Amino acid sequence: MSSGNVGRVLSGAPAWHRAGWLLLAAYVVYAAAQMDVSAERVASGWHNAAHFFGRMFPPNFSRWELLVKGLRESLEIAVLSSALGILFALPIGLLSARNLMPAWVSWPARLLVVLARSFHPVIVAILFVKAVGFGALAGILALTVASVGFAGKLFAEAIEEISLKQVEAIRATGAPFMSLIGFGVLPQVFARFIGFCTYQLDSNLRNSTMVGIVGAGGIGGTLFAAFQRFDYDYVCAILISIIVLIMIGEVLATGIRAIFIDGASFATLFRRERRAGGQLRLAVADD
Amino acid sequence: MLRIRQLSKSYVPGKPVLSGIDLDVAGEDITAIIGPSGTGKSTLIRCINRLVEPSAGSIELEGEELVGLSRQGLRLARRRIGMVFQEYNLVERLTVMENLLSGRLGYVSAWRAWRRKFAPADIARAFELLEIVGLSGFAQQRADSLSGGQRQRVGIARAVMQRPAVLLADEPTSSLDPKTSVEIMQLLADIAQGRRGGDRIPVIINMHDVELAKRFAQRIVGMSGGRVVFDGAPAALSSDILKAIYGGEDWLH
Repeated sequence: MSSGNVGRVLSGAPAWHRAGWLLLAAYVVYAAAQMDVSAERVASGWHNAAHFFGRMFPPNFSRWELLVKGLRESLEIAVLSSALGILFALPIGLLSARNLMPAWVSWPARLLVVLARSFHPVIVAILFVKAVGFGALAGILALTVASVGFAGKLFAEAIEEISLKQVEAIRATGAPFMSLIGFGVLPQVFARFIGFCTYQLDSNLRNSTMVGIVGAGGIGGTLFAAFQRFDYDYVCAILISIIVLIMIGEVLATGIRAIFIDGASFATLFRRERRAGGQLRLAVADD
Repeated sequence: MLRIRQLSKSYVPGKPVLSGIDLDVAGEDITAIIGPSGTGKSTLIRCINRLVEPSAGSIELEGEELVGLSRQGLRLARRRIGMVFQEYNLVERLTVMENLLSGRLGYVSAWRAWRRKFAPADIARAFELLEIVGLSGFAQQRADSLSGGQRQRVGIARAVMQRPAVLLADEPTSSLDPKTSVEIMQLLADIAQGRRGGDRIPVIINMHDVELAKRFAQRIVGMSGGRVVFDGAPAALSSDILKAIYGGEDWLH
C-alpha cells in the first residue's frame, strides 16, 4: 500500500470503511483482554526466557547416540512419507484437474485432497498413533497424508494452468491416455512438479521433527522428554542438530532441482540413462 | 474415401453452426474450405476427427463410420487422420525429434513411448521427414526455440509421421507472414502430391486467404452460414460467388 492510500484509508474514505477499521481495532483489544495478555506477563516472560536460555549453553552432546538415532528416524520418516505421498499425490492431483477430468471424477478427488489437508500433521499423527501404535509408522502415515494434501493440491493447480492446445494435438494423433499425460501434460508441468516435490521434502523434514511429540517417532519425542526433565543443555544440542538436519535437506533439495531442472532437460535425463544397444541413438547428450 | 453426410453441429441448441453438410473427399490433393469467420469451417474440420462432437450426421473414413464410434475405436481411427493446427500446437518443452515421434503415439504402447523406445523404422522416418520439411539438424532443439514457420513444419512432419489416410489443416498459415505462408502451402501441396517421398495424401485445409486457396488448391469448398454454397475448381470461383460467400464488395479489389 502506498502512503497515499494509507492516508486515504485513515482520513477521508467512506464512513463505513473507517467504522470497519475501528471495529477491527476494538476486536483486537477485546481479544487481547480475553487472553490475559498483560504487560506484567510479558515482563516476567522475558526474565524466564533469559533464565532458561542461560541454562541451554553450553549445549550437551554427551548423549549423542540417542540424538543421532532420533535424527535418523526423522530423516527416514521424512523421506519415506515424501516418496509415498508424492506417489499418491500424482494420480490424485491428476484426477483433481478440472480441465482434464469430468466433474464426477474431479470433485471426489478434490474432496480427498481437502480432507488430507484440513488437519495439521501433528493432529493426524495423534490419530495414527491411536490406530497403529507408537513409533515411526504412525509418523510416516501421518506425513504421507499431509503430503497428499499439499502436493496433491499443488499438482492439480499446476495441471489446471497448462495449455490445452498441446494436449489437443497429442489427442489428435490417437495416443492412449497414459501417453497423452506423458507427452501432452507432464512436459508442461515437470519443472514445477520437481519444485513441489523438494518443497514437500523440506516440509516433511520439519514436520518429522514434530510428530515425535505425540509419539509418532523421530527426534520430537527425545526433544519433548528433555524439555520435561529440564535438560535444557540437551535441548540445545537437539535444536542445533535439527538445524543441521534442515540444512542437509536444503542441500538435497538444491541438488535435486539442479539435476532435474537446470542441468538436463526432461528428455536428455532419460537418454543419458539408456544404453546404446542396437537401437538408433536419439541424441548426443552434450548439454 | 472421406464421406460426410448431413453433418450438423450446434454448440447452443437452436443455433446451428453447421447445417446438413454433405462432402466427399476422395484424394484430390488439396481441398480448401473457405468462408467468413464464424461460419463453421473450423468446426467442420474438427468434427472429422471428433475433437468437436457432431450433433448429427455421419462421417465415414475409408468405409468406417466415425460418429458414434467407441472411445477405443475413435482413438485407433484418429491415427489415420493427421492434423495441423493454426498455432502449431507443438509440445514446447520437448525436442523437435520428440514432437515428431509423438505422431507415432497411437501405434506404440505408453510404456515404450515413455522410455522413448520407438521402432528404428520410425526414428529413421522421422529424420527423413525432418529433411523433407527442411529442418535437418534441428532434431535436438527444443520446440519453443523455433520460429513460427519452423514450428509449423514440425507440425506438418508430425502429422505425416502418422502415415495418415487424410491430412486436416485448421488455418495452418493464419499465424504466419506472407512469404512463410506460401512456403508452408507449397510444402502441403508437395506432400499431398507425394512429391517429397511417400504416398499421396489428400489434404483438407480450412483457410481464410482466398488468393492462397486459389493458388494451391485443386478444389475449393465455399461455406456461408454453416452450409456449403460452392464446391468446385478454383477457376470457377468468380467474384459473384465470392460476394455470395463473404458478403460485401470492397474487400475484393
